Amino acid sequence: MSATFISCNNSENSKNGDRGALASSAAEKTYVAPGEHDEFYAFISGGFSGQLSVYGLPSGRLLKVIPVFSQDAEKAWGYNEETKPMLNTSHGFIPWDDAHHPDISQTAGKLDGRWVFINGNNTPRIAKIDLTTFETTEIIEVPNSAGNHSSSFVTENTEYVVAGTRFSVPVPQRDMPINEYKGNFKGALTFISVEPEEGHMDIKFQLMMPGFDYDLAHPGRGKSHGWFFFSTYNTEEANTLMEVNSSQNDKDFIAAVNWKKIEEYVNNGGGKKVPANYAHNIYDEETHTATSTMKKEVLTVDPLEVPGAVFLLPTPKSPHGCDVDPTGEYIIGNGKLSADLTVHSYSKMIDAIENEKFDGDAYGIPILKFEDVLAGTVKQAGLGPLHTEFDGKGNGYTSFFISSEVVKWNVETQEVIDRKPSYYSVGHVMIPGGNSAEPFGKYVVSMNKITKDRYLPTGPEVTHSAQLYDISGEKMELLLDFPTIGEPHYAAGIPADIIKPNSKKIYKLDENKHEHATLSNGDARVERDGNEVHVYMTMIRSHFTPDNIEGIKVGDKVYFHVTNHEQDYDVPHGISMIGANTSELLIMPGQTETFVWEPKQPGVWPFYCTDFCSALHQEMQGYVRVSPADSNIELSWSLGED
Amino acid sequence: MKKAGIIMIIGSLLLLGLFKFPLWNIMLGAPQYPDPLGMNIHITGIKGVHEFDIQNIDGLNHYIGMKKIPKPEEMWEFDVFPKVILGMVTLGVVIGLLGIFKKLSFRWFLGWLILMSILGVLGMYDFNLWLTEYGTDLDPNAIMKMTHPDGSPMTYKPPLFGHQKMLNFDVDSYPHTGGYMLFAGMLLTLIAFFVGKREWKTQKI
Repeated sequence: MSATFISCNNSENSKNGDRGALASSAAEKTYVAPGEHDEFYAFISGGFSGQLSVYGLPSGRLLKVIPVFSQDAEKAWGYNEETKPMLNTSHGFIPWDDAHHPDISQTAGKLDGRWVFINGNNTPRIAKIDLTTFETTEIIEVPNSAGNHSSSFVTENTEYVVAGTRFSVPVPQRDMPINEYKGNFKGALTFISVEPEEGHMDIKFQLMMPGFDYDLAHPGRGKSHGWFFFSTYNTEEANTLMEVNSSQNDKDFIAAVNWKKIEEYVNNGGGKKVPANYAHNIYDEETHTATSTMKKEVLTVDPLEVPGAVFLLPTPKSPHGCDVDPTGEYIIGNGKLSADLTVHSYSKMIDAIENEKFDGDAYGIPILKFEDVLAGTVKQAGLGPLHTEFDGKGNGYTSFFISSEVVKWNVETQEVIDRKPSYYSVGHVMIPGGNSAEPFGKYVVSMNKITKDRYLPTGPEVTHSAQLYDISGEKMELLLDFPTIGEPHYAAGIPADIIKPNSKKIYKLDENKHEHATLSNGDARVERDGNEVHVYMTMIRSHFTPDNIEGIKVGDKVYFHVTNHEQDYDVPHGISMIGANTSELLIMPGQTETFVWEPKQPGVWPFYCTDFCSALHQEMQGYVRVSPADSNIELSWSLGED
Repeated sequence: MKKAGIIMIIGSLLLLGLFKFPLWNIMLGAPQYPDPLGMNIHITGIKGVHEFDIQNIDGLNHYIGMKKIPKPEEMWEFDVFPKVILGMVTLGVVIGLLGIFKKLSFRWFLGWLILMSILGVLGMYDFNLWLTEYGTDLDPNAIMKMTHPDGSPMTYKPPLFGHQKMLNFDVDSYPHTGGYMLFAGMLLTLIAFFVGKREWKTQKI
């Protein structure tokens, strides 16, 4: 597609321009010496891997992959009995999703580093990851939504995490002709309240908007706190051959939602409760166990019932990113099918609303006049603007997908300051804190959609590519390429010092409230209940208690409830049993996890520790004797007896 | 002898620090223990520097057959030491008071110090005996039986004072706050002796 456009400005940057003279200083700037720590954490979405990966910046080193919406055999996420409920939905157990836009919790508009939220796009869900344990601790399904894409962005004090639907759908879902979409489908914008102490999520209300596609969103901040802005496309309400039919309107909209007003309306009894069915899954750190609850009702709000709460800002041309600068004054529409960026002014918007400068309406929602809300346009900045982040020094950094570059421009004057190529076809960009009132404008990371020749080839499928630019000077400088997992859609970065001191080292054994925990070796035992057998096992360097078990029979369903008795940092143990139709367990110090084994034939079957734990790791093993179904061998268990 | 008596009392009272602060500290650091494990030796028992250090030191020591670190009730010392210290504090204060009211000579101050020093040396001797026993009385079924190059079995007595390399661990053994308060207190009683001597003489004149 890019070949059909004339590349506008990046011809001076030959592909080798980033190598050579700059290479040595770039190496110094990204070099983090052995044993030293990175300055920033970057939480980079795993896209269709369903995970969230944690990188250090500026080194680009991968620190952890946090399983969120997808099963992860390495960590038993979604495989062990404790975490299976986390992946429960109204459609049943779903072991995968498409994870898009992480966002870190904020207090007073600044990153507070307590949680990171991320959306599952395919089966609409919002997850919360606790940044003391770097574990997913809560997932809430979003009803009446489809393609949960304009998500998961938090308001200035994490009052809400917001989830907008990309695909409009019949609400409630029903059997109807697809071509009756127009006027009949709805787009739900969901405001999920976040309880301030534990961060528990609860759907406060769903705003039922016209059947457009809601693409991205960002909160107002500072003076515009209380508003939320959503970009839209397909205001044509086409239902087929969308690439053509939803690209016809010269302008689509940015929807401005005064959520404070709607919140007040709802708190005063407004809105309509409608039947729904969605899962709310919570992982409890003390029981080390998740529970899934099905919720049966949701509160919906018709925008026409709350006058003055929702307005539409005309924005060219199928805008993707919808970004608010750190002051809260400017709302940037990244019209992905144009060469220009649209900069709306919040104060002009308020003025236009007060003076009722409307230009018609869409399904009763007032449309403001484009000229009345426009602060300016960044002209011919590049091709295919997707997303803008801010450095806190008055500059925006916009990704251009088609012309494959990152462009720095002045938000006040809308003048282009610098441009650097990205390799290739950048999607989103990320500056740590770049979506907050206080960005840390030292680096920008570009997350590229196309990799081609950037790394050693690995067959037809290659990793995704991210790039790190130094933005501390007037001109940007490309410092580093690093590979990423899945397709990184977006990322959230934060200074390491905000999170590092809170990172947990172990779980305390005496705080373990798991239903099947074995807190002392004396309690290690095996119990039979019909065909169900429960093994209460402990592990510590370098043995299992018990390590010899007899009396198991073919046809039994054997639950291994295994508690790690270590209380030392970084001494997890693993366990797996030959023939178990599930993953290993990887159990952190003080934690209890459970796997199920259904032995199918008599014999003596070994199990062992799967995580190299000590000099005696190879000796950390045991046996289970399995007898025929009709045998009368009594259950027995032991450790260290001949 | 007012000044000397007061110094004597302060010096004796400094020993009370031993009920709050550790007498001694032993730290064990290794490449895989960037945050070293440590034990604080109090007159009332041995405690971990961090919450789970004792458990983790025991866990490591079981490989080489060392016994577990004793609990307070498993050693008579942790019963007797507090009584001895309390006795010496009382004695020191009484001597100091009697000194102030000129009921006894400055030589009593030195007497207290000599007694305390003898008890201290005995205590150190006893502590060293325990360290030796702890480091050498190994389980014959130990998982790892290490030997020196000459073939003699390796033992693991931590140093009484200073640094020593033991297998992969760097072991550092030094007095802790309580110990320093004890030494300072003893030094003060020595000063009390000299001050008392001078006051005694000026009085005579």
